[in-house]
Amino acid sequence: MSQTNRIDGGLIDRARTLSFRFDGKTFQGHPGDTLASALLANGVRLMGRSFKYHRPRGPISAGSEEPNAIVELRSGARQEPNTRATTAELFEGLDARSQNRVGSLSFDLLAVNDLLSPFFAAGFYYKTFMWPKAFWEKLYEPMIRRAAGLGSLTGEPDPDVYDKGFVHCDLLIIGAGPAGLAAALTAGRAGADVILADEDFVLGGRLNAETFALGDDAGADWARAAVAELAAMPTVRLMPRTTVIGAFDHGIYGALERVSDHLPQPAQGKPRQTLWRIYAKRSLLCAGATERPIAFENNDRPGIMLASALRSYANRWAAVPGREVAIFTNNDDGHRTAADLLAKGIKVAAVIDNRKSDAPGTNRYEVLAGAQVIGSSGRLGLSSISVRLQGGETRTIACQALGVSGGWNPNVHLTCHQRGRPVWNEALAAFLPGGALPPGMTVAGAANGAMSTAGALASGAAEAVAALADLGFKARPADLPEAEDAPVRISPLFHVAGKGRAWLDQQNDVTVKDVKLAHQEGYRSVEHLKRYTTLGMATDQGKTANIGGLAVMAEMTGKSIPETGTTIFRPPYTPVAIGAFAGRSAGKDFRPVRQTPSHKWAAEQGAVFVEVGMWLRAQWFPRPGETHWRQSVDREVLATRKSVGICDVTTLGKVDVQGTDAAEFLNRIYANPFAKLAVGKVRYGLMLREDGMAMDDGTTARLAEDHFVLTTTTANAVGVYRHMEFCRQCLWPEMDVQVISTTEAWAQFSVAGPNARRLLQKIVDPAFDISNEAFPYMGCGEITVCGGLRARLFRISFSGELAYEIAVPTRYGDALVRRMVEVGREFDAIVYGTEALGVMRIEKGHAAGNELNGTTSALNLGMGGMVSKKKDAIGSTLSEREGMNRDDALTLVGFRPVNPAETFAAGSHFIAMGPEANAKNDQGYMTSVCFSPNLGHTIGLGFLKNGAARKGEVLRAVNPVQNVETLVEVVSAHFIDPEGDRLRA
Amino acid sequence: MHDLAALTPLGATAPKVDRIGAMTISEVTDRALASVSCRAGKSTPFQSAAKKLFGTGLPTPGHWADGATYGLIWTGPEQWFVEAPFGTHEDIARIVKEPLGDTASVTEQTDGWVRFDLAGKTAVDMLERLCPVPARRMKKGDATRSIIEHMGCFVICREPDHFSLIAPRSFAGSLRHALCAAARSVA
Repeated sequence: MSQTNRIDGGLIDRARTLSFRFDGKTFQGHPGDTLASALLANGVRLMGRSFKYHRPRGPISAGSEEPNAIVELRSGARQEPNTRATTAELFEGLDARSQNRVGSLSFDLLAVNDLLSPFFAAGFYYKTFMWPKAFWEKLYEPMIRRAAGLGSLTGEPDPDVYDKGFVHCDLLIIGAGPAGLAAALTAGRAGADVILADEDFVLGGRLNAETFALGDDAGADWARAAVAELAAMPTVRLMPRTTVIGAFDHGIYGALERVSDHLPQPAQGKPRQTLWRIYAKRSLLCAGATERPIAFENNDRPGIMLASALRSYANRWAAVPGREVAIFTNNDDGHRTAADLLAKGIKVAAVIDNRKSDAPGTNRYEVLAGAQVIGSSGRLGLSSISVRLQGGETRTIACQALGVSGGWNPNVHLTCHQRGRPVWNEALAAFLPGGALPPGMTVAGAANGAMSTAGALASGAAEAVAALADLGFKARPADLPEAEDAPVRISPLFHVAGKGRAWLDQQNDVTVKDVKLAHQEGYRSVEHLKRYTTLGMATDQGKTANIGGLAVMAEMTGKSIPETGTTIFRPPYTPVAIGAFAGRSAGKDFRPVRQTPSHKWAAEQGAVFVEVGMWLRAQWFPRPGETHWRQSVDREVLATRKSVGICDVTTLGKVDVQGTDAAEFLNRIYANPFAKLAVGKVRYGLMLREDGMAMDDGTTARLAEDHFVLTTTTANAVGVYRHMEFCRQCLWPEMDVQVISTTEAWAQFSVAGPNARRLLQKIVDPAFDISNEAFPYMGCGEITVCGGLRARLFRISFSGELAYEIAVPTRYGDALVRRMVEVGREFDAIVYGTEALGVMRIEKGHAAGNELNGTTSALNLGMGGMVSKKKDAIGSTLSEREGMNRDDALTLVGFRPVNPAETFAAGSHFIAMGPEANAKNDQGYMTSVCFSPNLGHTIGLGFLKNGAARKGEVLRAVNPVQNVETLVEVVSAHFIDPEGDRLRA
Repeated sequence: MHDLAALTPLGATAPKVDRIGAMTISEVTDRALASVSCRAGKSTPFQSAAKKLFGTGLPTPGHWADGATYGLIWTGPEQWFVEAPFGTHEDIARIVKEPLGDTASVTEQTDGWVRFDLAGKTAVDMLERLCPVPARRMKKGDATRSIIEHMGCFVICREPDHFSLIAPRSFAGSLRHALCAAARSVA
């Protein structure tokens, strides 16, 4: 089909023709077209079906406020539902489909809903689908969703990437119409850092859609020249295709840039969209205004649109919905459309002007003053309208398009994002920005009620000067061309009285009657009205509907519109793809990963990795023939206890603590004493929170009088460091202590097992004696290894074996593990992962994260005696609270199955023999469980009331989640080497 | 001399260089790093000892400064990072601590970090897609702390088209991935 409704002129590039498809049919358009303008040019007015009643709909606007022309764009994984045809830029091969239909767009089976409309009024679902209750989830909701959905998702992962970005500016100008351009020229010429953002792909706003001149130029030409000048300014950043979606705290604005949506697909490596965070010292909202419709019976027929949209399509896109048009207006702006269309050779059948005496007269077209449109005809598109003339008689006027102008609503949305309430202006019959605007924001142009071009230009320039003066810039208002300065002459009319259905919110199928019904049923507050009728919801957020709904409610309550209220606008201004909020944090890049110094080596060994926070740690190292993880883990445990095992423990937090008060500082943050720790010694420390609960534990080595190295658990490394900085900077600023993390600076390996020393002796340089006498249990020192590399050695043990931790600068960690494996070959040394580490610490009865779970005290952990009474430390006072020192307090003990063949799960609760397994009879819970290859059965650690005194008792370990119960015996938490002989060997 | 071979933060024997569009992203491994914190009440002697040792005054918050051998980056209240050539200053903490004596606490940081240098005319465009610092306004001598894709980073402006990013070493692979992605975005 040729472009039958394409007329002359416009800002489209006719030199090139683009092919695109809509509902499987191929059409042609031009660069510069939107999908809606190209379809109109091709004679297509019907673009979708309505939400509830499946009524045929076409575009009513030419911009982002569009409620009706909502389509699915693209196909496959890139299919995007609920896209506005009025903003979708045409590109070669664009594939769009109408949505919310069953069958074809012209014969939608669910249009039967329209015949059943008396049943679907406001609140229908709430009233109807009440019974039986169980049907809601399984039957009613899926049915309603299918019938009344918008577009559909493919379910395939989004193949595109999204960027986030951060920019800073002196002045953010939101909207590049006449006000925004005048402001940008003013600010740019003053040398300020300016961002000029506009949602359109051509800057200029309505200047591109109007025919009046600016000085000697056409509006679009003036805009183009202004944009060219701005583009050449080094401090000005132009951001077309960028919607400022929200005004957030501290001058931060969110802006969505559609980087590649105008292309078939993003170029390799390029994002589809970028979500910018704009840090603006000042912002100037030049968002313009949105024309509003007047509701009348059957006012939703394709071909009926806003008069300004009709004008935009004709002037900017050289497209018309039909060759014969009529205009329905209550203000002078409607006549502009008539004049422009007439000039384009379009027949203007009549201008129906609600005003009686104020309607301007002309001999160029027929003006029906004091008349109203009361209905329309045409099955899938407008063919005629019914007009009630001033005298009361009805006249039918044939037309394929009707432009409706009910006045203009300033786009105040962003002024409301921090609860600013707009203020009603009688002269404009519209809300203007009011109340407290977001700090730093001012408003210019039509958004602030300056509805003429001259007014917009002048206010843009003046507000830019004022905003910059705040920042110390001496700006001069840009020289502005002469422009039209027509006053607003309007006689408010929001809906035409009548019995039929008159549509207020076309996206949600809300009629005047629905609002009346809501009022009748007691929903008077606009917020209730919105939720009961769904007025103003969904993708357009009621941009063309809200004021109409409010006006009807005001009429019902007998109050004025401002007394009735306005709904608050929230971000985002227009819909944003979830992918844009996620940015690069998607899929395997959801979070960065941290790799240990031995990662490369471990990967070569085929290690199975586990995420511990952001760290990837080797969980176990499968060997050929091992088919189950337990085989690998059991082997690693047995080999370590038999001879020697190596484990990368770099992930444990390390904090360097220095200063003359370092010892006293540690004495205050640890519950147990540290002041007298000798140089060359290590001590286990328990850190409490202020409330007396255990926060973290670890070992601290004293390298010099004024130098310690403290370790934390992997999970708490950041939290403990932050806590230490807080203590140092805020609690005790008088202390001479400096702390800094060195977690990653040192590659640290545990070397454990009876042959640990012999292995280490092969790498520790001979100058350093690490014999049991010279380097006893809990010793530490700075040494060298492998011929002179500086290293640190700590004789500490988590496994319960003779064990050391050796640290070298991280870059040598890979070489060190390879060397230790090599020299350990004669001892059958193995490398073990976190699972074996866990098994050995449970066998030894050492507490870890499962036990230090934020609800346990030192007493619970069996370390009550460590909390020194001779000094004050964080948490020591509150750990003396009576409730925390009950006789039946939970204490850490061990458990084993009465029948060694049985097993149990962490999380099981202990119940005595006999009573019912419920919370009242709860005796405690199991925290850590593993299979002990050394004992040949499952073992566990757990907290039991008065546990220390209950050894030998048999209890039930109840697991109600899996409905399992196991008889367990209470034993010592130290399953292996309870005397600690191995550690000291 | 020990016989252990070093790996770069990216896990290779030599630093990696990525060239994407106008950008060169280089892993820098030839600088030693140490943190230097002034001890309580020692500000005056520390400043003079530092000036003598480093050949430059201590940079103020948000800045870095270069001496002949050493570079200094402000990293926190009364705290700086010292950079020096790795070849001559591998044991930087010991080398620096001696002349500063008890005026400062010094901690070796060389292997705690990975450094990437971003050089090219789209360096600022790249940084704008990575972190919230006002990169376009930064000039030589500026240095600040920021966050890149959840990773804490120092952002150091060597020249307006040349920045150094210093982040925890274990993040090297993820950071490089983020940098390359941003470089492709602006290529």
